[in-house]
Amino acid sequence: MVTQGRVLRGAALAAALVLGVSACGSSDSGSPDGGAGNTPAALEGVGPISFVTGKDLSGNLQNQIDEWNKSHPDQQATLIELPEDADAQRQQFVQNAQTQSDAYTVLNLDVIWTAEFAANQWVEQLPESEFPLDKLLPTTVETAKYFDKLYGVPVDSDGGLLYYRKDLLDAAGLTPPTTWAELTDACGKIQPTNPGLQCYAGQFEKYEGLTVNFSEAVNSAGGVVVGEDGKPNVNTPEAKKGLDFLVEGVKSGQIPAAARTYKEEEGRRAFQAGELLFHRQWPYQYAKASATDGSSQVAGKFAVAPLPGLDGPGASTLGGHNYAVSKFAKNKKSAVDFIKFLVGEDQQRANLEKTSKAPTWAALYDDPALVEKFPYLVELKKSIEKAEKRPAVVKYQEVSTAIQSAVYDAMGGTTSSEDALKSLQGKLEELTKQ
Amino acid sequence: MSTTLDPTPQEVSTSPAAAKDRAWWWWLPYAGIGLIVLYCLSPFYWMLVSSLRRTNDIFADSPVPTPFSIENYTAAFADNNGFLRALLNSFLVAGITTVLVLLIGTLTAYALARLDFRGKNVVLGIVMITSMFPTISLLVPLLELFSSIGWINTYQAMIVPSMSFALPLAVWNLTTFFRQMPTELEEAAQIDGCTPAQAFRKVILPLAAPGVFTTAIITFIAAWNEFIIALSVVNEKGLKTAPVIISQFTGEYGRDTPFGAQMAAGVIVTIPLVILVLLFQRRIVAGLTAGGVK
Amino acid sequence: MSTTTEAPPTPSPPPPRQSRRAGAGRLAAALVTPTMLVLALVVAYPVLAAFRLAFYQKKDGIDPETGLLEQGETFVGLENFTDMLVGDAGDRFRNALFNTTSFTVVAVSIEVVLGVLMALVMHRAFKGRALVRAAILVPWAVPTAIAGLLWRWIFQADGVVNKVLDLETPILWTTDGFQAWVAVVIADTWKTAPFIGLLVLAGLQVISNEVYEAAKLDGASPWKTFWAITLPLVKPTLLVAVLFRILDTLRMFDLPFTLIGPGKDATDTITVIAYEEAVKFGKYGPASAYSVFLFLYVAVVAFVFVKLLGADVLGTRAGKKGR
Repeated sequence: MVTQGRVLRGAALAAALVLGVSACGSSDSGSPDGGAGNTPAALEGVGPISFVTGKDLSGNLQNQIDEWNKSHPDQQATLIELPEDADAQRQQFVQNAQTQSDAYTVLNLDVIWTAEFAANQWVEQLPESEFPLDKLLPTTVETAKYFDKLYGVPVDSDGGLLYYRKDLLDAAGLTPPTTWAELTDACGKIQPTNPGLQCYAGQFEKYEGLTVNFSEAVNSAGGVVVGEDGKPNVNTPEAKKGLDFLVEGVKSGQIPAAARTYKEEEGRRAFQAGELLFHRQWPYQYAKASATDGSSQVAGKFAVAPLPGLDGPGASTLGGHNYAVSKFAKNKKSAVDFIKFLVGEDQQRANLEKTSKAPTWAALYDDPALVEKFPYLVELKKSIEKAEKRPAVVKYQEVSTAIQSAVYDAMGGTTSSEDALKSLQGKLEELTKQ
Repeated sequence: MSTTLDPTPQEVSTSPAAAKDRAWWWWLPYAGIGLIVLYCLSPFYWMLVSSLRRTNDIFADSPVPTPFSIENYTAAFADNNGFLRALLNSFLVAGITTVLVLLIGTLTAYALARLDFRGKNVVLGIVMITSMFPTISLLVPLLELFSSIGWINTYQAMIVPSMSFALPLAVWNLTTFFRQMPTELEEAAQIDGCTPAQAFRKVILPLAAPGVFTTAIITFIAAWNEFIIALSVVNEKGLKTAPVIISQFTGEYGRDTPFGAQMAAGVIVTIPLVILVLLFQRRIVAGLTAGGVK
Repeated sequence: MSTTTEAPPTPSPPPPRQSRRAGAGRLAAALVTPTMLVLALVVAYPVLAAFRLAFYQKKDGIDPETGLLEQGETFVGLENFTDMLVGDAGDRFRNALFNTTSFTVVAVSIEVVLGVLMALVMHRAFKGRALVRAAILVPWAVPTAIAGLLWRWIFQADGVVNKVLDLETPILWTTDGFQAWVAVVIADTWKTAPFIGLLVLAGLQVISNEVYEAAKLDGASPWKTFWAITLPLVKPTLLVAVLFRILDTLRMFDLPFTLIGPGKDATDTITVIAYEEAVKFGKYGPASAYSVFLFLYVAVVAFVFVKLLGADVLGTRAGKKGR
């Protein structure tokens, strides 16, 4: 029985660890700082920091960090790179917060995570006066706020654009559609003479992209998903018209059945193969589809326009990233200075040139040299200025999953759009009640 | 039992009589072999082809990459990726894991197969129970534990969990193999003056080599490919393993999937394993026939 | 391996039963301890922690002024378990349980057949055998995450599979439905049949050649030789391989998650929904309840498996081998 004795002792040891570690875990959970107003507690501490982000796309980030390190020898920044996949990034950020580790200082967060990270007090409230917020596109700054307080500084943005086949529209004597009806008409005119050409696609696989596309459809029909007051309101005629654009599109074949498997890249494949007349897509597709090395069939044949809507131009959903400061980090003052450094005009310009990520610095969109290099900037600025952010709710992940579920089923024809919205409204109310 | 363990016991169509009788289906085994190889390799072939396209051609579906390009491989090994270093780390982690698992797994399996003690099945049961919990639920408590004992950014934080994932199968499998070995040989060796440990090492271990070797392959591959623990316990670039680095491959613009580079990386991490196995396999077979107990 | 030298040398004349057993017990304890320590460090604490969490829920009240979440957790008794069974969550859970089970039954069955075939092929003597062995190993060696991406690419709407099938309307493999389930089974059997093949091959290699020669002399057909000799002799190894495949498949996560994506009724497994609850929603209580349930389910399956076929898995030593 020696063996069992040992095992029991081992179990006792393990049990002791459970108690010990969970005690550590809960002792320092930190209480809200008395619900102070808009002036956060001063962020202190100067010294080495880490900068945690998805992979450095161009190597430019390391240049920026080197530049910072040269002028701040006592506050060296190190780069910590996370997986490419956004969910995997979020998982690492959350785990870091749950173990209250000080390994991460400055976090590069997707705009949709702001509410969750702020409400859980995983990131610090930031002093607005420290940052040049008035120089940034106002909608992007909104994505960094939760309950009217600033929890991050927007560093890059993203907005949806309507990619269209300019060659085909020109040949038919049409201008890019500003309404869904015009879009349908254009397809009706052009498709008969172009066999194999599909009308419209976006991102309709069951993932975050579907939430983006659904929100755009609802907003573009004059509806809301979650209102200004933080209350969901999807069981409305406007929202139904938005959803119907997608549901009826699949039913009539205006949206090809295969589009229900499309994330960004699958749709890009179809557009570049010349199989799509209209495509709702992010700016990144512009350069890829313009490639003249034979990989794109549509190079030089397409252009971009604002997304169409029910009665006029629609509204895009905002993407992008904000820099935030981890609650559990040391050297938070250095972190604030570092963020200030990174969101400055020069750094954003360099970043745009190297990675073609949409900046948040408003003036860059009007810079002739940049517009020449990135022709879509003009339309993109309009798109971002008019764009709606996704619901700023703590349980965003659950809200988004509920939306995806409802919309995916409605587009698959297993539920009617009415029933889908009605049950979605119920679920969202449950998830956002306070 | 004469134990030459000829690795080729079933010759394809051996006796002339059999050959005459079954002439009409002599090709069947070969067709089967062909089918199985096709089944195993065609997805891998697609991986190889995809990795040899230009980045912009990732959507192409020609069966041969045209134009042919190694830009995915050069991209994978670009300096700022640290992929070479990551491969080295993977070798270290997987190698140490395998050696330790074989060492302590063999000890435990020996006890379970050869020693007469109560609670054997309890031990086997406990060992198996540990591979019944979803890894994802172990992650956060494990992270808390490792940060409290200062194991974040260490090799052991990757090695020890990999060991614990591999040990159950290793113990069970080795136990089965040792049990199948005849005890008479060991007893004979003991009569010749060997201790039980020596008898085990010199007689049983070589006989069970195919089992030990297979356990080693499986452990090595599992440790080599382990991702989520390695991703979570290490954030220092110099310590990251290959699967972690691969997950960080990105396209040019952030939203484009670096499919070609990922497939290239997949090829790069798969080929060494296959070569390793081929090399080892030869040695094992050779060792068996040379050192077999007659 | 020399660590066992302190073992008491067993004297040739059998000593009294009692003391021999005690000596063996001490030695056994020494030999088993390292394994147990490693398992205790990595698995025991997290499992205990997960069991504890299954009875708690995170507070989720929001301060209406600041929007900040209440901190801490409350003990909720069995609520996480009862929640699992009712309403939407209940439907989702039963569906996931069904998928988990059907994947395991179907995929493991196919893998056993394919794996044994592979082992027999690898065991044969012919030119180029080494290359065939290497080829069969390839799927098992490809990292799971990469394999998921690869198969997603292969199964996409205008992917290779649809090109090869060349149907009027291409099958949308990754949309929710039976075809997604089939895609996962195909990818999973591809990936893991070699695992069974490897282990069975090792089992074949330790079978003495004499057995086959004897069978040949008796004029047994290859078919009969396989059923009457080969299969019984590799059965212990095969059973261990199958047992561990069952344990793994019941916890299947990567392929449904990367190949099809979470949230699809046809392929969500219990581990996938536990992952969503924990990692995505931060609801560790319900997630732990799913994990604990899965743990118990796996334990029961393993127990039944061992009980039904156990003579060979846990069997007393010696027993079957080529003598």
